[in-house]
Parts: sequence; C-alpha cells; structure tokens
Amino acid sequence: MNTELLTLVRGIVGKATADEQVEAYAAHSLDTDVKVFEGAVEEMAVAESGGVGVRVVVDGRMGYAWVGSLAPDLVAGVLDEARDNARFAAPDEWNDLPTVADARAVPVADLHLWSEDLASVPTVDKVALALALERTAAGLDPRVRGVESASYGDAAMESAVASSLGVEATSRRTVCSCSVSALAGEGDGTRTGYGFSVGRTLADLDPDTAARDAIERSTRLLGAAPVSSRRVPVIFDPLVTRSLLGILGAALNGEAANKGRTMFLGREGEDVAAASVTLVDDPTDPRAYGAAPYDAEGLPTRRNALIVDGVLRGFLHNTSTGRRAGVGTTGSAVRGGYASPPGVGARALALAPGPRSPEEILALAGNAFYVQSVSGLHSGTNPVSGDFSLGAEGLLVRDGAFAEPVREVTIASTVPRMLLDVVEVGSDLTWLPGAAVGLTLLVGEMALSGA
Amino acid sequence: MIATDVVERTLGVALSRGGDFAEVFAEDRSSVSARLDDGRVEELATGRSRGVGIRVVRGETTGFAHTADLSERGLAAAAEAAAAASTQAGEPVQVAALPDAPVGPDGPAAAVLPETVTKDAKVALLQRADAAARERSGSIRQVSAAYADGRRRILVANSDGVFAEDDQVRTRFMVSCVAEGDTGLHTGTEAPGRTVGFELFDEFEPEDIARVAADRALTLLSARPAPSGRLPVVLKRGAGGVLFHEACGHGLEADLVRRDASVFRNKVGEQVASPLVTLVDDGGFAHEWGTFTFDDEGTPAARNVLIEDGVLTDYMWDLVRSRAAGRPSSGNGRRETYRHLPMVRMTNTYLLAGETEPDAIIADTEYGLYCVALGGGQVNTATGDFVFGVTEAYLIENGVITEPVRAAQLIGNGSDALRQVDAVGNDFDTWAGTCGKEGQGVPVSSGQPTLRVAELTVGGTAA
Repeated sequence: MNTELLTLVRGIVGKATADEQVEAYAAHSLDTDVKVFEGAVEEMAVAESGGVGVRVVVDGRMGYAWVGSLAPDLVAGVLDEARDNARFAAPDEWNDLPTVADARAVPVADLHLWSEDLASVPTVDKVALALALERTAAGLDPRVRGVESASYGDAAMESAVASSLGVEATSRRTVCSCSVSALAGEGDGTRTGYGFSVGRTLADLDPDTAARDAIERSTRLLGAAPVSSRRVPVIFDPLVTRSLLGILGAALNGEAANKGRTMFLGREGEDVAAASVTLVDDPTDPRAYGAAPYDAEGLPTRRNALIVDGVLRGFLHNTSTGRRAGVGTTGSAVRGGYASPPGVGARALALAPGPRSPEEILALAGNAFYVQSVSGLHSGTNPVSGDFSLGAEGLLVRDGAFAEPVREVTIASTVPRMLLDVVEVGSDLTWLPGAAVGLTLLVGEMALSGA
Repeated sequence: MIATDVVERTLGVALSRGGDFAEVFAEDRSSVSARLDDGRVEELATGRSRGVGIRVVRGETTGFAHTADLSERGLAAAAEAAAAASTQAGEPVQVAALPDAPVGPDGPAAAVLPETVTKDAKVALLQRADAAARERSGSIRQVSAAYADGRRRILVANSDGVFAEDDQVRTRFMVSCVAEGDTGLHTGTEAPGRTVGFELFDEFEPEDIARVAADRALTLLSARPAPSGRLPVVLKRGAGGVLFHEACGHGLEADLVRRDASVFRNKVGEQVASPLVTLVDDGGFAHEWGTFTFDDEGTPAARNVLIEDGVLTDYMWDLVRSRAAGRPSSGNGRRETYRHLPMVRMTNTYLLAGETEPDAIIADTEYGLYCVALGGGQVNTATGDFVFGVTEAYLIENGVITEPVRAAQLIGNGSDALRQVDAVGNDFDTWAGTCGKEGQGVPVSSGQPTLRVAELTVGGTAA
C-alpha cells in the first residue's frame, strides 16, 4: 500500500508548475473494532479508509484541499481546488515548504512500528480477547456490579508525503489496544474505573492487567465523598500526569509562541520548573505510542529537549513556525489526518523519570491528595495564562498510605506555579496511548475546593 | 446518490448470511473553512468526502463495514464484510421492497446555499470581525476568526423498507480574542452556528460576534479570582443548557441506560427533578445547530419530552435499542460520518421557560454566581458527576450583579442539580456545540431560560 500511496502523491506533485510549491499527503488505514457486552459481541466493525490532502504555496499564499477517499475521480480535483484556495490567503514569507536540505539535516530513526503479525491474527482471536477481558473484569471483585464496556481495536496505518521541492517520505505503523470500564457499587454510590493495554499487535496486550486496573480504580473509590476545602500537596496518577503534559505540550508549541499565546513567552534559558524536571519530546523512542520516523511534512523526527533540569530550552516547531522564530524546524509537524494541513505538536512528551517508585513517593508525601482522574481539562485550563481549575477524584493519603476516597472536588493552580512546585518525579514511566507518557508526580500544595 | 435497485440488491447481499436487519447509509459531504489569525487570512481549506456504511444486525450483534467505493461491486464487497462481521448464520429476514424513490426534503433548508457564495465573500467576513474586535479596545492583543460551512447529503435504506434522504447545510462563525492587562492574558470566545446557509449572517453580524468575544476577554481583565465553595448559581438564558445536556441528557440515552451506565435507569415515572424542570430534545427545532429532517437511520426528527414537571417520562432511542425494547425510535440515531455506526445521540436539548422574570431571580439571590457563558464540560454518566468551565461570570451580592470573576469550574451531580433548580425564568436562548461520545462528534444545541440552581460547588482560585 505504501508504494501505491507514494505513486499517488508523486503523481500530484509532478503537476506542480514552476511558480508554485505543491505538497501532497495520502493516508490509508485498515481498522478492526470489537465491542462486547454481557458475553456477546455487540459491535464488530472492519473498515478501510483513506484520503488525500494537498497544500499549495504560491507567492507565500497557502491553500489547502482534501478528499476523504482514494477514488481517482475525487482525488483528481484536489490540486486545482487547493490552488484556487491559495488565492484567498494572505501572503506569508515563512510559508515555503521544507527543502531536501531540511530533510537531510538529521538522520532518520530506524523504528520498527509495523507488526506483520497483526494482519495474520484471525478475527476470532480478537473477539476472544475482548470477551475474556470482560469476563475477567466481571469476576475479579464481588463489589463490581457490571462491566460498562469492554473492547478491542487495532489499526494498520500507512502514509506517504511528497513535495515538488523533492521531499519524500513513507511510513507505516500498527497499533493495537484493549480497554475496559468497570462499575462498582450501587446507585448514587456507583464508581467507575478504567483499564487498558496498548501494543503493536495482539500478542503485546495484557488484558489481565487492564481488567485489574479497572477494578482497582473503581473499587478503591467506593464511598468517595467531598472533603472540606484545604491546601494540600498533590500526587498525580500517571494517567493524570499524561493529561497535564498535554497542556504543557500546547504551551510549548512554536506556533503559540510566535503569536505570543503562551505562558512561556520569552522565557528560554530561564528556570521555569523545579530542577528535577526534564521534559523531552522524543518520537524516535519506539516504545512511545506516538513514535514516528517522519513528521507530517516528511522530515525526520528527532529528540527535542524542551526543559532540562528546570530550564526552558525551546519550543516545538514545524518548517514555517521554525523559520519565523529563526530557529528552524524541530521536525514537529503534526496533522490530524489528511483533512488538515500540518500544524505543530508533540508526539511523545515525557518527563525524565526520577529515583522513587510510586509507593516511595506516597511515603515521602506523608499527607497528600492522590488524584486518580481529572475532568474539565479543556474547559478548565487557560493555555495562555496557565490558570487551571479541574474537577478531581482520588484518595487522601495519610501517613504515606491511601485513606478516604474523595470525589466532587476541584484542584486549582497555574501551570507555571505547579512546575516550580514539583517535589518528586516518579520512576514509573508508563507508556500510554496519546502524545504523552505518564508517571507518578508529587507537587507541593495546591488549592483543593470541596464541601 | 445510489440507484434504488442497487440499494435493494446491496441490502440483499448484506443479509445473505442471515440477519434480522440490514442498512445502507450513504453520505456525501463537502466543507469550506477559512481562518484568520494575527490580522491575516492564514488558510482557506475545502474538503469532500463520500462513502457508504453498511450494517447487519442479528440478535444483539451488529456487523459493520464501510467503503468509499460507490460502485455496485464496492457496495457488495462492503455488504459481504458487514455480513461476515456479524458472524452469525441463519435465516435472514426478507428485505422489504423499497419505494421507487427515497422520501425527504427537496433540498436543504437554507435560503442562501453557501456553495453559491464566493470565497471572497466568506473571507471578507473574517476581516470585518478582526477590525471590529480590535476597535473595541487597545487591550485586545490577538484576534482569531474562523468561518465554516458544510453540506451533508445522506441516503438511508434498510431492510424494513425505510428509504429516506436528507440534505443538511450548516454554517458557523467563531471569534476568539486575547486581551492583555495587569492580570495577564485572557481569552474570550463567541461561536454561533445554525443549520442554515449564508443567511446566518443576517441574524449574526460578524462585528457583533467579534464584540461579544472581545468584551468577554476584556471583562476578564478586571475580574478577580472566583470564590470557592457551595453557592447558588444563576445561569443566564442559553448559557447553561450545556450543563443539562451533560448532566442529565447523556444519562437519558437508552444505550447508556441499558449498560447500567446511567443514574436514570429504572426511573421512568419517578420525580427526578424539581417540578420546575421540563426537559425536551427536539431534532426538528427550526434552524438550530443539531437540527435535521431525518436522523442518520432514516427516522424523522421528533420533539421528545424527557422530563415533564420534574417526572422522568422517557429516554432517547435509536433503532437498535428501540427494536430490542419493542418500541419506535425517537429519532435520536446519529453518527459522525458514514465511517461510524449510529448510536443514541441528543439533537437540540433544552429546558422549557417558566414564569419568573430573570431580573427577579437575581434580585432574590443574596450571594451567588451569575454565569453568562460556560466553556466545555464533562460528565460521568454512570455516577452523574459533572464539571464545567465558566468562561464569563459575575458575583451576585445582595440581589445585584457586582463584579466579574474568572477561572471557575462548576462541579456537581446531575441528579442533585436537577432537584436543586429553584427558579426558572420566562426568557430563552440556545447555544451551539459539538457533542462527543465514544469518539464521535455531532452538532448539537442546548437551551434554557435564565434559572437558578440553589447550590453547586464552585471551584475557584481565590485564596
């Protein structure tokens, strides 16, 4: 499929005239999704999808057009549509596409993100895994009254990008996951917990751990109630840390920095976090869910250190934002599929792990609030000022051990304050779906609002 | 989109291995979006997508496949795949004969089809908004504006003989401003949308949208951190409908009820809310963001009363859940695209107006929060716990709206909040948004009169 996609994008950019730059991106995906409920298959979907996106730059004006199909009759019109759209955009001297020199500036990581194995896994095995996952979760603890959902999904994704300036890249990867959500308790006292496992093929998955996680996370919150407002040190669960890193990633986006929309504006070289904080975006680490050898413009990805020992080193950039900032691309162009032109974003944000395990961190904290999950991340965070206020549930920690479960409270602080207040980074690097990696994090006092 | 005989034969292929129900859903959509940022039109993008999703239901199992290949061969291959995915054998139901042509509107309910409007005219709206926002105050540092229109034509046919089509046109405009002052940078956003064409701008001038967004950001400059604790919360008309969408609407979706993931399970006929609350979901509410003629399963849009005078009257239903329950669908079967399976979704969900003057509600509140705009929210339907970001709010002190506050979240529980509604105004407004469920986003609106919730937890940042 890779070869066909490359042929397709080459065909499009081959039509570029002398006074325009053309980039074409094509993607293809084969997906299987299984949902089971009460011992039977509820939904089984097999799907093949693909599409093409074309970016045209004429005198600095950029136009974009896409089609959600690889059908020749629909693909045929995309280039002309993108050309027409370019007429309406304002010229921008930084809009030129990346060059072959950009593509050769760093070596391409040799990642093995494709599992041939996945294609040969029979559908019945996928169904069996989902059914076993549900069964295991339902049977682990008498306090679990039901399994809200249990599912398996996989995807084989391939893409190709080519430009009239000679940049070309193809990549492919497989992903595979299972997840389960458990319901514990009754009526108004119901608590839910989620568990999952990810890999490149079915054999990588660990459904038993997913089931145990879901059960533990739902049952340990049984009897949760609001607590009184207080200031308290906070311990973030790896899943929550991952979400918070997502906010940080948005604030370290070079496009936001160029437009003055980040709390880190002009702070390169300054202490923005505690000395124990080192933050890296490294898509060349194959363990990361977002690992990729090339970025969305076909340039090699690379390891970008953003904060080192608490000092801000820089922002993530694509070709256009990097040129405007005068620092060049960091190979961080991303796109939400063929329907959007390349933006900027992290793929594999991770904090450098510290020396202590989660248990040691609990002991170190003594008394704290352990945050198992947060809600309202998008509505409750101001990416410009860094203010946040989030709904939270979790457990109080007393004398280093989990105590009363807590729900319906909020925690509030600002991202800059929180970074400076990091007390301890856990050793438990946890590879999770999404563009960031989790671990346990202990932060100094925050405002908890409750009853 | 597809000839009637081809649709019939495809349904036959879908049921060739057995099954209780088969459906062909075809969709052709096109979109235009334009974005201005930092005073410059950065991008105009156009897109097109076309394909067919086919499902086969047998018992509780649904098999699904989709294709972008609309030839009869491509459709047959997808129908085979869906049949195989349902992994069941047995006697199929008979495919009911389809009418010669699908039922449906003659065209979209748009006075001015966006495709007949030049790209120049669309881009010009962005520039008008930019200028108006910057004129508002020198403190406005950044303005971004976006225009989007989309046309979605669908065709649905199923083995029960349903054969329907719809033609949906939606237009939306968004302005977001950043204001800078002593308290830092603050953002204000306004984004009206309707199921209409370019006539959206007869109702909303780009300048007016820009001023609302700019004023929202400017208000935050002088806002102090919101208080924390349990307070009475007055929600201005339109602003709080999303809270009821999240906090109760989702729990009334029949698929979640079946999964035991709803606090409203087994509560039909019971008093679940204050007697002041009547909650309606109406896919036919003229021109609203979540409006259509037929849902994505070919069921006509309907007005469904979910809670009447505080008593739970019904859930919302799609075909799969209503067939299992032996009742008709309520017209709430929706999907993001042909690549997704339909499920129970809200459309336009709103609380009906009451009899109290909005001013009287505020005058009757000694100390509380007056919310003019909410950001997004989130709910755990199994527990009813919700959280909402407040993007524009003021303190109420001694019955008077006093100063603006910022950085607040509302948290609470849907059942609690419904019971605690203690005043409902005689005004009404709606709000457009995208509702996400299991990874699928669909356009919805929510609405409500000015109302008061006697007590909600406000999570502010005030020390």
